[in-house]
Amino acid sequence: MTVATKSKPARQSSGTGMRFVGGVANYLDERTSISTAVKALGRKIFPDHWSFMLGEIALYSFVIILLSGTFLTLFYDPSMTEVHYDGSYVPLKGIHMSAAYSSTLNITFDIRGGLLMRQVHHWAALLFVAAIGLHMLRVFFTGAFRKPREINWVVGFLLFIMAMAEGFTGYSLPDDLLSGNGLRIIDGMIKAVPGAGLWISYLLFGGEFPGDDVIPRLYMLHIMLLPAIVIALIAVHLVLLIVNKHTQFAGPGRTEENVVGSPILAVFAAKAGGFFFLVFGVTMLIASLVTINPIWSYGPYDPSPVSAGTQPDWYIGFADGMLRLIPSGWEFEVLGGTLSLNLIVPIVVLMVFLGLVAFYPFFEAWVTGDKREHHIAERPRNAPTRTAIGAAGVAFYAVLWAAASSDLIATHFRTTIEGVILTLQILLIVGPFIAFWLTKKMALALQRKDREVVLHGYESSRIVRLPGGEYREIHTPLDDFEKWRLVSFDEFEPIVLRPNDRGRITLSARAKASVSKFYFEDRIAPVTKPELESASQH
Amino acid sequence: MAESGKKVALKGSSAVERSGRIDNPGFEPAHQRVHDVNPDKAASAERGISLLFLLSGLLSVTAFVLYFLFPIVPGDLWTVRISTLLVGVAIAASLLTLGVGVVHWAKTLMHGHELVEERHETRGDEPTRARAVEIFQEANAESGWTRRRLLRNSLITALVAFPVPAIALFRDLAPAADPVEALKHTIWRAGTRLARDPSGTPIKASEITIGSAVHVIPENLDTYEETFLNEKAKAAVLLMRLDPADLNISEERKDWSYDGIVAYSKICTHVGCPVALYEQQTHHLLCPCHQSQFDVSNECAVIFGPAARPLPQLPISVDAEGYLVAQSDFLEPVGPSFWERNQ
Repeated sequence: MTVATKSKPARQSSGTGMRFVGGVANYLDERTSISTAVKALGRKIFPDHWSFMLGEIALYSFVIILLSGTFLTLFYDPSMTEVHYDGSYVPLKGIHMSAAYSSTLNITFDIRGGLLMRQVHHWAALLFVAAIGLHMLRVFFTGAFRKPREINWVVGFLLFIMAMAEGFTGYSLPDDLLSGNGLRIIDGMIKAVPGAGLWISYLLFGGEFPGDDVIPRLYMLHIMLLPAIVIALIAVHLVLLIVNKHTQFAGPGRTEENVVGSPILAVFAAKAGGFFFLVFGVTMLIASLVTINPIWSYGPYDPSPVSAGTQPDWYIGFADGMLRLIPSGWEFEVLGGTLSLNLIVPIVVLMVFLGLVAFYPFFEAWVTGDKREHHIAERPRNAPTRTAIGAAGVAFYAVLWAAASSDLIATHFRTTIEGVILTLQILLIVGPFIAFWLTKKMALALQRKDREVVLHGYESSRIVRLPGGEYREIHTPLDDFEKWRLVSFDEFEPIVLRPNDRGRITLSARAKASVSKFYFEDRIAPVTKPELESASQH
Repeated sequence: MAESGKKVALKGSSAVERSGRIDNPGFEPAHQRVHDVNPDKAASAERGISLLFLLSGLLSVTAFVLYFLFPIVPGDLWTVRISTLLVGVAIAASLLTLGVGVVHWAKTLMHGHELVEERHETRGDEPTRARAVEIFQEANAESGWTRRRLLRNSLITALVAFPVPAIALFRDLAPAADPVEALKHTIWRAGTRLARDPSGTPIKASEITIGSAVHVIPENLDTYEETFLNEKAKAAVLLMRLDPADLNISEERKDWSYDGIVAYSKICTHVGCPVALYEQQTHHLLCPCHQSQFDVSNECAVIFGPAARPLPQLPISVDAEGYLVAQSDFLEPVGPSFWERNQ
């Protein structure tokens, strides 16, 4: 690994501190050969861009979740044994509830810092899933999933799923009215799976719903199995990040063969370490000022009452919304069984949607047939079809997400729930097409604008009158560095359908050619030297 | 448009490489920060940053002190708020000053020029790959993996069978009893009195006025100590009294209601949330989870939302003392559907 410096940093003078560190390092190296790792990784270069911090936020919020979660395990009792509440929250005194709910109330009202830690944990969890989602969008829209990073995309996708699973299991642990209804909905969905559903539910809940086994089982998943998987996936994710090296945006001097940025030791480590404390600080500030999940006002779980306007945590919203958008009556008797399409269809739609997200990199690799490695992150406008597909996906998700609040939308805007649902049903189908079309148009327009700026410079708003009386706006030309950012992008064309060696045109070749046409039919080519020369002549 | 250079399509790919592309202009000249050229600015930044670090330490100690200065007084919720607020804000402030200090240090005083590292193709170089192939071939030759096919295939068989016991090991996650039978019955029996939820006091038909709705449980629910919630999750009922003229009752359910009083399962036939919202004017029941709506005047038929089946009706009558009682259990399973529902 060679590290070329553009200018040499000033040498540090070695004081007592350096002598001490040297001594410790020598001791460790003679026992662990750690110098090899330091040599290999110490000056590794990380490129800088604000959007690269989204993944960092996800990582740091996970650390915050581990810290605050460990505190909570010291006081939480994962048991559904019935107790009479005898803590200091007067409205619930003497009420029958599970030990899980009672101990959560105790953490909230009787343990100093308990409410703070619960809120840090919950806010950090919401931030964790949000940061992963935004990080995925960044990677998607900049094409950073392309070769050689397809596998790391899948690892990241699995982390997204695991984060939602962690969130849902944790949400259920207080055993309050709201989370109990959440479990009830999961139970109902599982039971709809033909043949196996009833048994899966029966085994999960240890008998009939709600039983008294599900909380300890979810607790085991929440604090042991799922975190172990998350930590293992994060480790793989980061190792692959080191092996593949980070992508960078196009810029002067930056190529597919180099990576330009700050070395881990010391600048990147300092920025990243400082940023950890900033993320922690902001989470802590929100947690001390803004209430989240006030379980005491919901009461203990009881299958009978429920309040209006119930909402899941934000990241489960899209699944809940999908359930709400199914029209009435989708249930049939088939082969002697009850087929609940009103639940099976949402489950299948959600799985297909998530499956498309997971496999998109392989699909695009097939379409382009591009076997090159890509380390320059693309600007979204320079891959109009992919960006438009991403926007369609975002629109689909957004409609589902809005549907999870259909009742609140109806009450807040004083309209009918039927009207809201019908609108969202239509939007769910039409919305992605509109988003695709609009986004593609905008991306192409932005590319045209880039071309225009490269060829003729920026409009300077200065109008001059020429000697002949003609008025003309002065255009400010770009320097070479600015120009490079606008012209250095990959170019694609639809593949031409040709017979293979045997003289045949296969079906898969036809399919590939038509998808390729769909992707690259409308395209704007980057400005070339001859174009630039001819533009500068007038 | 001018001649845009020759295009070459890469083999088997839609990627195009074009001659005449604009050249990478190379790195921009490094730009100097004010702290790089002005030692006074650098010294003042250093002082500022160390002040932030000291402040951070002080705030951490402050949070520690506040923990003890503002204890929680049992029963006084205000003290919970104060403790959470003060300790939390102090910790947040110490974290933020620390973070701002470190980032500020990195951005102003640490070496600011970008460095360059070369990338190499991700795949191993040819000798390494050749050696890897060789290692597999050697291992194959030494073990006989492809040569001794019987050995290999029987080993694969053993490994496939190896997890089979685990499937059985998970059977006792649930009791031995048949879940289908359990889900088809509730604790409602002929003569079980309808009682108010949660007090458990039985209800007289004369107490129910037209237009009212009552949350109902079986009177004997309290006797199920171990399985209280499981039984309640199936037996919860909503009782409503309508003007008998507003009820469209089918022939076979003629005797299931009493003088306009009808009882329906409260557990939604969609995914099992309690259908707890009754709109008196329209006689509609609304499930707050997914907004399924049921029409009480038409035997709780679904009129909107994702539910597919009407809420099951509990046949009721009145006993000698005038209390409302069940005529029998529900005649179909309550709650969300499952495959074996009608078997």
